[in-house]
Parts: sequence; C-alpha cells; structure tokens
Amino acid sequence: MLGRRLDIPLNRDSSVRFLPWIIALMVYLAGLALAGTLVLQGALERWNTSLAGTLTVQLPPAKPGGTDPLPAALNLLRATRGVISAEALTRDQTAKLIAPWLGTALSPEELALPRLVDLRVDPRAAPDLADLRTRLAAAAPGALLDDHRLWLDRLAGVVLSIEATALAIVLLIGGAAVLTVVFTTRAGLAVHHAVVEVLHLIGARDGYIAGQFQRQALALALRGGLLGLLLTVATLLGIGHAGAATALFGERVRLLPALALAPWHWLLLAVLPLFASLIAMLTARVTVLRALKRMP
Amino acid sequence: MRYGAGPEVLRDISMELAAGSFHFLTGPSGAGKTSLLKLMYLAERPSRGLISLFGRDIATTPRRELPALRRKIGVVFQDFRLIEHLSAFDNVALPLRVAGLAEEQIREHVTELLRWVGLADKLNARPATLSGGQQQRVAIARAVIGRPSLLLADEPTGNVDDEMALRLLRLFEEMNKLGTTLVIATHNEALVTRFGHARLHLENGEITQLRARERQMV
Repeated sequence: MLGRRLDIPLNRDSSVRFLPWIIALMVYLAGLALAGTLVLQGALERWNTSLAGTLTVQLPPAKPGGTDPLPAALNLLRATRGVISAEALTRDQTAKLIAPWLGTALSPEELALPRLVDLRVDPRAAPDLADLRTRLAAAAPGALLDDHRLWLDRLAGVVLSIEATALAIVLLIGGAAVLTVVFTTRAGLAVHHAVVEVLHLIGARDGYIAGQFQRQALALALRGGLLGLLLTVATLLGIGHAGAATALFGERVRLLPALALAPWHWLLLAVLPLFASLIAMLTARVTVLRALKRMP
Repeated sequence: MRYGAGPEVLRDISMELAAGSFHFLTGPSGAGKTSLLKLMYLAERPSRGLISLFGRDIATTPRRELPALRRKIGVVFQDFRLIEHLSAFDNVALPLRVAGLAEEQIREHVTELLRWVGLADKLNARPATLSGGQQQRVAIARAVIGRPSLLLADEPTGNVDDEMALRLLRLFEEMNKLGTTLVIATHNEALVTRFGHARLHLENGEITQLRARERQMV
C-alpha cells in the first residue's frame, strides 16, 4: 500500500520534511504522558493491595500509675470476628519507626510515645469498623483505629487528577496532530491543485485522489511515530536507569520512582505510533474528500 | 454560464451533437470556445440551463456517477496540462490507471499509441524535456488512450507543424470512424476548410451551426 506510485508528487513537498518530526514529537509527548499515567496507576494499585487487610490501632501512652490499656485492647481485637492477628509493636519497633525523624539519641522511655497495634483482618470478611471503634473506645479510652482509608483516598484523588491531566494532554496532542495533518493536506491540495484537477477531469474517483494523500500521510506519520516511540522508550529506560542509580539502602529508598511498566504497558506504548498514523491517514482522507466535494 | 459573479460568458446556446459526429468549433479569441468545452467535459457547471451527456441530465446525475461519464470523454487541454513529474508514458497511462486497468494492458496500449504519434523514443521523458509539439502529442495520446465516446480538443494542432497537424487530424478522423464524437476548437481555418466537417461558430456568446461541406481535395 505504501509502495504504490504517486500520481501527485506529494513526496516532494516541504511538508514531507517536517510532518514526521511533528508527529514524532507528539507521539513522544503522548507516550510520556501515557507511561506516567500507567506507572501511577500501577503504584496506586500496589498501595491499595498492600494496605487492604491492614489496620493500625493507636493507643495513648499509659499514664504513670494508670492502667495500661494495651491488654484490654488486644483482648477485644483478638476476639473480634474477621481479625486474623493483632500484634502490639514493641517499644524498640516504635523507636525504629521514628528514628528517621528524631534520631536514636532519645530513648523511647523519655518520650510519651503512643503504642501501636498492627492489625490484620480478612479482607473478605472485614469487621464492621464503626462498631469496632465504639467498642475499642469503651475498652481503651483514647484509642484510634486507622484504616489508612483517608490517606489512600487522598492519594487516589491526586493520582486521578494527574491521570485526568495526562489524558487531557494526550487529547490535546491528538487534536494538534489532526490539525497539523489537515493543514499539510490542504497545503498539498493547494500546491497540486492543477494535478488534482486533471485527475478529477480524466475520471478519477474522489477515493482514488484521496488515496494518494492518505498513503502519503500514513507513510510520513508511521516514520515519525516510530521515531517518537524510540525516543519514548529511550527516555523511559533512561529514567528507570537513573531511578535505580538513586536507590539507597539496597532497594528500600529511591529518590526517583521505579518505572514499573508491565509488558502490556509497553505494548500499549507500541500501539501509539500506529494509532497516530491511523488518525493521520483518516484525517488526510476526510480533508481531501471534503475538498473534492467542492469540485463540480 | 458565468465565472463567479462575473458577466455571462455564454448565453442562449442551444445545440445538439449527434453521436459519431465531427465538429470544428471556431470563433474569435474570447468568444467562449474554451468555456463551452469546459461545460462539455464537466469542469464547470452552467449557472442556468440544461446539459445532457450520453442521454443523462448532468444536473440530476449523482456526483458519484460523474467519474464514469468523465471516462467516456477525452480532453486535449489548450495548455496540455501534463503532469510534470510523470514521464510521457505515465502521463498517457493515467486515464487507464484511474480506470483500474491491469498494468500489462496499460503497457501494451500506451507504448503502441506513443509509437503511433512518433514518440516511441520519448517514453520515459518528462514533459519539461519535450518540445511544445511533442507535449501536445502526449496530451492528445492521453485524451484518446481510453477510446472515449466523446473527444474534445482545444487547439490541438496549435504547436505542431502542418505535417503533424494533418497526421493528428487523421487520427481524429480514424477515431470518428470508429464511433467517437469529436469537437475540435481551432483557429486553423486551413484545416477546417481542408477537412470540411460541420462547424460550430461561436461569436458574441451565440452559436451558429454550419453543416459539413464536401471535403476538399487535398
């Protein structure tokens, strides 16, 4: 289809030189936006699954001379249906949690640290949290039950708004690509008006003439799209490499996020240039057909 | 008809060409010969009036059926309108390619016709490298390659010497004998007189039809 002879010398137009670059740039930007969305979505899903089934109970520090609310809370929690385990964090474990912020100079005894209970629940038969909160407050006054929902919901909100922005960017890029192809096709029609008219007058159907423009647009967009894809892949691998290089303490802390793209994500990115080429081809076809309709 | 909001170029023209007829279209420059031909090869629409081609009213013929009608019409444009980046061969082959003929048949027909018009050694030449007369012959070959039912030619002998003009006119006569209807716009009175076919004379936007005379002895 791409190798067929052109009756209209479209391959000599100046648009031939810049259209692939524009498409390449657009596929590149769209690819990055898409990859960013996929990475964020993946991260959100991982947080969701790792936090589903885990709850934290926070107990106020025992007052000197007062009764420790911990045993009562643990008893209540362990007796609740749907709770798999309820383990109190030791003072050392709690100290480790705050060490990154406060250092290790202070001993936990000097601080009025709340006691934390790590709670694992069966996600399929989770206990009624409202009921559990009431009973917990009765057994251990001042106890807080944190299901991470607030944090996760806010995070999901941020991710969603970033995704919406990325989608808007991709749509804008698509719109700009369509406009670019419309303008280059119209320029081609204007430059080659005489040839188009001859073809029209010797009995070429509109589809025959449009075919010449759409083949050209497809070839140029494919070339540009593949270049854009190449740039996207190179950038993503570069970021991934840079991310790995910033890993501290083994793999626990990273300054840059890991680019966790699944195989089907890469496939989606690979479809992008094909999609762009298809849009370019259809746009060229529709533009030419509409212009030809104005000829007698 | 008129171009845009301009004055009427042609008006009150009523004529009928019998199938298989041969007409010269004459008249002073600016009389509207080219405009009349444009109406006939469907490059323009009349601002009012009726055009019927091959028994079909053009105004009511659906647009998608017009290409098939256009393929029955061969046109030799006054300015040739050859496609510059295509070789003589590809220019002549264009109507057959547009009609979807097999490349094998195209090669055979086009080569034969170009040989006939004396351009056997110019098959791969671009129009820019051809003389005016050679370009005109390519244009004529392109017009006749599809064996049209109607051949319209605008000054087809304007750039060739007398001998080639006679040769081309004979080609037209041969086609006419095979059933093609011809209208040839020309300023060449000598040719009109020599071949003696019916004449359509256009002057001041009006047309007069003169019958064919006996052909003069050459």
